[in-house]
Formats: sequence, C-alpha cells, structure tokens
Amino acid sequence: MIYVYSFLFAGFVCLIGQIILDNTKLTPGHVTSIFVVVGAALDVFSIYDKIVEWAGGGALVPITSFGHLLMHGALEKAHEHSILGLSMGMFDLTATGIISAIVIAFFLTLIFKPKH
Amino acid sequence: MPKPGKMYNAMKAFIVGGSVGVIGQLLIDVFTKWLDIPEKEANTYMIIVLVFFASLFTAMGFFDNFVSWARAGLIVPITGFAHAMTSASLEYKREGLITGIGSNIFKISGSVILYGVVAAYVFGIIRYLLFGG
Repeated sequence: MIYVYSFLFAGFVCLIGQIILDNTKLTPGHVTSIFVVVGAALDVFSIYDKIVEWAGGGALVPITSFGHLLMHGALEKAHEHSILGLSMGMFDLTATGIISAIVIAFFLTLIFKPKH
Repeated sequence: MPKPGKMYNAMKAFIVGGSVGVIGQLLIDVFTKWLDIPEKEANTYMIIVLVFFASLFTAMGFFDNFVSWARAGLIVPITGFAHAMTSASLEYKREGLITGIGSNIFKISGSVILYGVVAAYVFGIIRYLLFGG
C-alpha cells in the first residue's frame, strides 16, 4: 500500500506545483521555494511527520521534505542546546543531500561540455 | 473550467511526480530489505541516488527535455534541485571556475536553501516556544 500512497502524495504535490505554474506568473524557483516553506510550516504541528509515516518515499522525494528535514535537525539540537541548537542542527539531516548535490554537480560540470 | 492544455499538464505532473515518489520508496525498500541499511540512512541514500541520476542526465544533455515535458513532475521532487544546480553550473562553465561555476552554481537552487533555512528558523523558534522542541 505504501507504494500507492507514495504515488498519490508525490503526484499530488507535483500536481499543485503544475497548477501554480500554469495559472500564475510564478517561476519554478518560486514554486520550489514556496514548497520548502510549506514543508517547514507543516512541521510546527508535526503534520509532515505523519505524512512521511503514511507515504514513505513519496513524502521524502518532493522538495517539501527539505523544509521538514531542516526543521527536524534544528529542533533535535534545540533539545540539548536550546535556541542556539536551532542553528547548530539545521543542516544535520539535509547536509548529505546538499553536499552530494554540490560535489556531484561540480565534478559532472568539469567532465561534461555544456550543450550550447 | 481549466483549459484542456492545463489539464494535460497537471496530469503529466501528477503521473511523473507520483512515479518519482514510487521510485524513491522502491529504493528505500531495496536499501533496507536487501542491503540491511538502517531506515534513516536508507532515506539519505535514496536522495543521493536520485540527485546523482538527475545530475548525470542533466550533464549528458537530455534531462532538460524531460523537465520541459514533465514540468512540475520533475521540478518539485529533489530531481529538480539537482537539475537546477547542474544546469546552472554547466551553463556558466565557460566563464571560469570562480566567476562562472562558483558564482552561479546556486543561482536557482540557492533560493530553496535560503527560504528553507529562514522558514525553518522562524518556525523552529515558534515550535520551540510552543512545545519546547
């Protein structure tokens, strides 16, 4: 069943993104930024946690989960170090994703030629 | 009533985005059940695999066509983040390592990090004050 929920949730988030792109002047940059903020906001009341439990990979793949993971890392450290912990832990859970993206993008850029 | 073109775009985004979600879950299952990787690490490996292939296909030159076809279906998942980064850095490659790649690699993906961090900070404080973490 988790595959069905994965499909439905990831599809649903993308569907909303596409509706925004088609009906407003917002660019993909706007949409992804808005979704990250929404992901973080949904974690104020642990809503995104429940979505992850329910939809698994389907909830982790959309960019909304990036906001959720930033929040989680920050709050985990805030438990130990109070407000200062927010900054200490912010990138704890997202670091591997961001760093892989940076390193991979950099070396691929060195290897490959741009199209134009 | 939305125009048929918009309906078609929305369907494409739904199906492609949903499929990326299914691939994500499939990878997590492969990592946890076949390779015995703990779930939290498996989630991260899944993200890395998707980032790697999205970046590789972007660098090879054909992911741009996928993205302009599927639109939000590939932009909203983490594949869009990787695509934005690799395509920006490739586009500015000829301007050099520093002023080209260095200054532009975060051109599009930077705003995701910026607003993600600011939002998580503000909401983090709110949640910390409300629930103590």
